[in-house]
Amino acid sequence: MSDIGFVRTEMLPEQDPPASEVGIIGWMRHNLFDGWFNSALTLLSIYFVYKVLAALVPWILSPTWDAGSLAECREVLGALGREGHYAGACWGVINERWIQLIFGFYPAELYWRPIAAFVLLGVALAPVLFSDKVPSKLLIFTILYPFIFPWLLWGGTIWGPISVVLGFVVGWLVYSAVDKAVSNLALVYSAVDKAVSNLVGIIAGAVAALIWWLILSGYFVGAMDSIAAIGIEPVESRKFGGFMLSITIGVVAIACSLPLGIVLALGRQSDLMIVKYLSVGFIEFIRGVPLITLLFVASTLLNIFMPPGTDFDIILRVLIMVTLFASAYMAEVIRGGLAALPRGQYEGADSLGLNYWQSQRLIIMPQALKISIPGIVSTFIGVFKDTTLVSIIGLLDPLGLSNAIRADANWNGIVWELYGFIALLFFVFCFSMSRYSMYLERKLHTGHR
Amino acid sequence: MSQLAVEREIDRSKMTVSDEVAIEIVNMNKWYGAFHVLRDINLTVNQGERIVIAGPSGSGKSTLIRCINALEEHQAGKIVVDGIELTSDLKNIDKIRSEVGMVFQHFNLFPHLTVLENCTLAPIWVRKTPRKEAEERAMHFLEKVKIPEQANKYPGQLSGGQQQRVAIARSLCMMPKIMLFDEPTSALDPEMIKEVLDTMIELAEEGMTMLCVTHEMGFARQVANRVIFMDAGQIVEQNEPEEFFNNPQSDRTKLFLSQILGH
Repeated sequence: MSDIGFVRTEMLPEQDPPASEVGIIGWMRHNLFDGWFNSALTLLSIYFVYKVLAALVPWILSPTWDAGSLAECREVLGALGREGHYAGACWGVINERWIQLIFGFYPAELYWRPIAAFVLLGVALAPVLFSDKVPSKLLIFTILYPFIFPWLLWGGTIWGPISVVLGFVVGWLVYSAVDKAVSNLALVYSAVDKAVSNLVGIIAGAVAALIWWLILSGYFVGAMDSIAAIGIEPVESRKFGGFMLSITIGVVAIACSLPLGIVLALGRQSDLMIVKYLSVGFIEFIRGVPLITLLFVASTLLNIFMPPGTDFDIILRVLIMVTLFASAYMAEVIRGGLAALPRGQYEGADSLGLNYWQSQRLIIMPQALKISIPGIVSTFIGVFKDTTLVSIIGLLDPLGLSNAIRADANWNGIVWELYGFIALLFFVFCFSMSRYSMYLERKLHTGHR
Repeated sequence: MSQLAVEREIDRSKMTVSDEVAIEIVNMNKWYGAFHVLRDINLTVNQGERIVIAGPSGSGKSTLIRCINALEEHQAGKIVVDGIELTSDLKNIDKIRSEVGMVFQHFNLFPHLTVLENCTLAPIWVRKTPRKEAEERAMHFLEKVKIPEQANKYPGQLSGGQQQRVAIARSLCMMPKIMLFDEPTSALDPEMIKEVLDTMIELAEEGMTMLCVTHEMGFARQVANRVIFMDAGQIVEQNEPEEFFNNPQSDRTKLFLSQILGH
């Protein structure tokens, strides 16, 4: 009577999938030869790749590494019976000029300084990038590195960076002293509370630090220099060039734009009207203007506003502009991450009694930044590649240098080899950033619901 | 509606209502733009009370308890929690929030932190409890909600019922005087509702002051000392559970009860 009645008496064991579905055969069946259309496409693609490689590989494998000019390259290739425009690459230019492409016109006997600066950059970045594998004590070095880096590159007296560090120390001392003094006052007059004393302390500290940097620092450096002139040979900004310049601008802009972007993104979401509209205005203005315009402003217009005789370093001006440009984009990327967070996260943090900064720092930002990693890294890569635009205002980044090299009679007419080499180096940096971001995403993945 | 009665007898020895006032709400009104969500709410909650707030969706019951810890701002009237009046003063708000625990429908655990870190975060940063002590207390409460073995997992690796119990433990770690529950079982599978309700019952047995927005009428009948029925932003009826379920007075309450208990 009841045909639909059914009771399972034993549970089925797990079985292996059919052999044709796993292993290399299964993979090829699924991915390369899944039906006649896909099989045809696969064969066509293999043919296409073969044709490209067949043309490219012989061009790359050309024995012209020791040639001293384009004409010499042509002779070498001609002796091999290879004629014509695409006979082979002329690698002599890279052999002769690669050092220049990397260091620009930086004095050759001082190459150790940029090399040391970038090796130390790796050391300083390690505890930030690989926080689980590198001891966190190295972070002290990371904090000091921003003062070492410019000193190594630009040189000069050691008292300069020390004086800058002292500015922070002075600011901190004044902050704690004022904070304490006002707190003591608060005990007497109960009207003043902790937040007020904190704020007064921060303002006093900032003012003290500014006074130190702008006025006292000069005397301090002068005095210390006359007592003990310790320093390394200064190098002028116009001698900077090549990848060293690109990396310097890129690293500084990347490192500064992330915190600035976070502040701007929070400002844009703030309930405080003035903060909000200042942030919105800044972001929209910077995003609405091409980077080249900003660079022109940096290279020419800024001087008009400066008092005559001020020497405001061109690389510093470019650094500021590129940083501001990047931070506007960064702010929008981070705002995207903030918007993607469910409201419940804010409410969860609020309901536990965390204040605004605590919940931003402990709950909101770690998650928003994690969500924004792909966008943040895209912006980083974009900023790094945009550093090539400084060639337009006369700085000799790799592209600017390539023009100079091609103006050399020996290498007049070289195109692909130079740009290929530059592209390869850029690719190495950008691809590593992209890979790192994927590693970071995997590491931070904690199984969202 | 499910009658999720606990099988065991509830221990009522500590479930006593004191004379001290925990929450006092006087003539409170709230608007969303022009929409009048809460109308003239008057409610006094004594310490040790277990109040269930019921009502159709959109009746303002969630909004009411969210006003108590200032997740929503009220525009008129007075709310006093544990002797502190809720004003726009952020210091008062943070103080009240650290004394009032809240459990949400969607748990709102922090997915980037482990279960243990979820539980120790607020004690460490808000209460300035030493880490070791905070962790010990967190383990104590995780044992209480019966998931100490999940302490080092991330919330995303737990089932809904386990996540909600973590959320309860996280609130308890702040040693709150009052617990607010905003539909704590509405996002859970039927099999998991019971484990969360059991945790809540244990909490009630220890004398915690609780305000629960819930549709679990079995829980209301057994645990609550007062049931409040809300509709259209107003308190329509409140009574002891026995009277409320067996002898509802207003027509709106009768209709509501017939609909949710009718099948």
